[in-house]
Amino acid sequence: MEKMIKVQGVTFLYESNDQGDLVKALKDINIDVKKGEFVTIIGHNGSGKSTLAKHINALLKPSEGDVWVKGMNTKDDEETWNIRQTAGMVFQNPDNQIVATIVEEDVAFGPENLGVPSAEIRVRVEEALKTVGMLEFREKGPHLLSGGQKQRIAIAGVIAMKPDCIVLDEPTAMLDPSGRKDVIDTIQKLNREENITVVNITHFMEEAVVSDRVIVMEDGDIVLEGTPREVFSQVGKLKTLGLDVPQVTDLAFELRKEGIELPEDILTVDEMVMQLCQLK
Amino acid sequence: MLKDITIGQHYPTGSAIHKMDPRIKIIITFLYIISLFVVNNFIGYIYVVAFLLAAILISKVPLSYILKGLKPLMILIGITFMINIFMTAGEVIFRLGPFTITEEGLYQAFFMALRLVFLVMGTSLLTLTTSPIALTDGIEHILNPFKRIGVPAHELAMMMTIALRFIPTLLEETDKIMKAQIARGADFESGNLISRAKGLVPLLVPLFISSFRRADELAMAMEARCYRGGENRTRMKELKTHGKDYFALSIGTLLVAVLIVNRIWL
Amino acid sequence: MSIKIENLTYIYNPKSPFETKALDGINLEINDGEFIGLIGHTGSGKSTLIQHLNGLIKPTSGKITVGDLVITGEKVKLADLRKKVGLVFQYPEHQLFEETVYKDIAFGPKNLNLSESEIDERVRESMELVKLDFDTLKDRSPFELSGGQRRRVAIAGVLAMKPDILILDEPTAGLDPRGRDEILDQIKFLHQKYENTVILVSHSMEDIAKLVDRIIVMHGGKIELHGVPREVFKQSKRLESIGLGIPQITYLMEKLKKVDTNIAEEVLTVDEAKIEILRWIRSNKDA
Repeated sequence: MEKMIKVQGVTFLYESNDQGDLVKALKDINIDVKKGEFVTIIGHNGSGKSTLAKHINALLKPSEGDVWVKGMNTKDDEETWNIRQTAGMVFQNPDNQIVATIVEEDVAFGPENLGVPSAEIRVRVEEALKTVGMLEFREKGPHLLSGGQKQRIAIAGVIAMKPDCIVLDEPTAMLDPSGRKDVIDTIQKLNREENITVVNITHFMEEAVVSDRVIVMEDGDIVLEGTPREVFSQVGKLKTLGLDVPQVTDLAFELRKEGIELPEDILTVDEMVMQLCQLK
Repeated sequence: MLKDITIGQHYPTGSAIHKMDPRIKIIITFLYIISLFVVNNFIGYIYVVAFLLAAILISKVPLSYILKGLKPLMILIGITFMINIFMTAGEVIFRLGPFTITEEGLYQAFFMALRLVFLVMGTSLLTLTTSPIALTDGIEHILNPFKRIGVPAHELAMMMTIALRFIPTLLEETDKIMKAQIARGADFESGNLISRAKGLVPLLVPLFISSFRRADELAMAMEARCYRGGENRTRMKELKTHGKDYFALSIGTLLVAVLIVNRIWL
Repeated sequence: MSIKIENLTYIYNPKSPFETKALDGINLEINDGEFIGLIGHTGSGKSTLIQHLNGLIKPTSGKITVGDLVITGEKVKLADLRKKVGLVFQYPEHQLFEETVYKDIAFGPKNLNLSESEIDERVRESMELVKLDFDTLKDRSPFELSGGQRRRVAIAGVLAMKPDILILDEPTAGLDPRGRDEILDQIKFLHQKYENTVILVSHSMEDIAKLVDRIIVMHGGKIELHGVPREVFKQSKRLESIGLGIPQITYLMEKLKKVDTNIAEEVLTVDEAKIEILRWIRSNKDA
């Protein structure tokens, strides 16, 4: 089994208002995600990235085309629950994912739904909380946690179901910088140590920079795709799309316009310093 | 005064009562309430008080805390007392203008008030010694057998859990919205009943709308975690009754039995 | 309108097991027409501080003067204070409630007991300030609009009260880069046009760097640092130690300075960096 997720020719239409006007939120999208990959999908609001995310775990079904998760077709209703166990999902609002009154009960929710035996649920809950670094909060009420901590609980709740892949729909949009860092560190750890396939939807480019592959969406289409270096070096195009690039990448772009010879794919401060010193 | 409401609060002490099976606790509380309606004489009340005080002692919840919970209800207890004292027919012992106090009235009022006090104390003890989840679980289990006649036991329990989970979150949100509207000059304090009710619109509309949105998002998150109702669901924390629970249950049953006997024979 | 804060302390839940000192002896002066950036992470006290400025919270101890009015005094009419100090909360679109955009924006002015014609003028003006078309949108339900538009309606609702001091708590929270740039441009425009005092609360160093006259950094209920952006960002170690950073570009210049002290490190934006680096490269070529 090669592909964890296969999106083939997916188009998605929905009614945008009472007059029945149809909007194409996704236009003939094709994406393959390999097992263990860390893919980031960026784009501004309205680009279709969230809509795409919800196709992966069958919350939405394509109007045209197919989505396969570990060989299962999302259009097949019999497979829906297996697909959702395979592809877990974390949403944007930290509060609106937590169901129980104490942390460990919430993390147990997923396994309970799967009918996992009681003793094993305990083991999974403990492991999941350890992985996200929240074990000491196991008996606390979720309303006492910060946004970043709540999101980590949400992630724990998903990994307690032992998925092969996690889709995160703008998980850091409502968090402060330290919360964002905690969440992205956790996601990276899951990808590297547990080999969980990750699809992260975001508009923060510092999150995109740490992934294996970046896909840029605009108006329901994929407009750029490649490694972070390949994508972020296209500064002009990204700016036209209304997206951010790392400040040093932007600086390199501006300096090249002035005739200074610098490589296109500088992403970090250290790379920039090195390149500028080599100019001398 | 909001802080003094102890019904619904949880006071963890790790006592034997805290560790009891919630189903048994609910049943015992039920039996206790029944006994409060059965009792009708002084000696009977002594049994009830003994039972209640023993329970409070074992629970390690300070008596002062439980008594504090009676404060908000003083008015109700006072009114009940007054009604009974002045409205009961019988041998008049005191007269003040149009108001008469009878001996029967005095007894009635006293015992009625006592009943209320013990009722509140007893039910408070239930919630003080049982966490909301355990309570919900207990209720779900007790209602389970009634599923055959259409009682949605699991759904009710799920609703209660989610409601309890969101209470602090919604309180926070209410506070935020209130502040935002006050910052725009809204007034939630002055005016008569009608204008104050109207004034609540800028608070209630946003709250409702955000609650609907929450419900929507939460439903999606639950489905994403494979929630599909109560069928074939397991639980991490399974309820187990122990010897101690049955012992307590027998004491509760004994109390009711003794009081029934007491009422009939005395 | 100026603000003077003297020895402000605020304690949450005094005499309870949850007692916390949210603000600890704050001393601060903000001059009329200044554009201030207030930074600090969650728990630093910045939200508590701004809620004191329009009287939503009363200090445990200390004195606050807004303009000529000592707001911590005895018989202060808070309603009057709120005419002068406008506060836009985080995710302000959550406070919308009226049937139409017009009515919602008019809510503030209505509470000020203004005449119908004045209310109308204010609604028009503030919609224009946030770039929402009056004729197309005034009768629409705010709940039909997009997230970004709703936010602008909410901000317009506060602007319509014409406050002398405008406080915005993380106005770009949850917005994508384009939305963020639009809102910040609008705030900048507003400040330039009305020359009012503006306090912008944010976590983003990059956003604040190019907008504000002065930065105030809060940590643990105290003011940790304050000064013009260039001065504040020089203290990168101190900022890092309290969990805040500096703009990536400023960090770059700091590192370059270690290599060659001939570089100016007080750079706040990519454009400034470009100019400085070009100067440096050309001066090295000539050397």
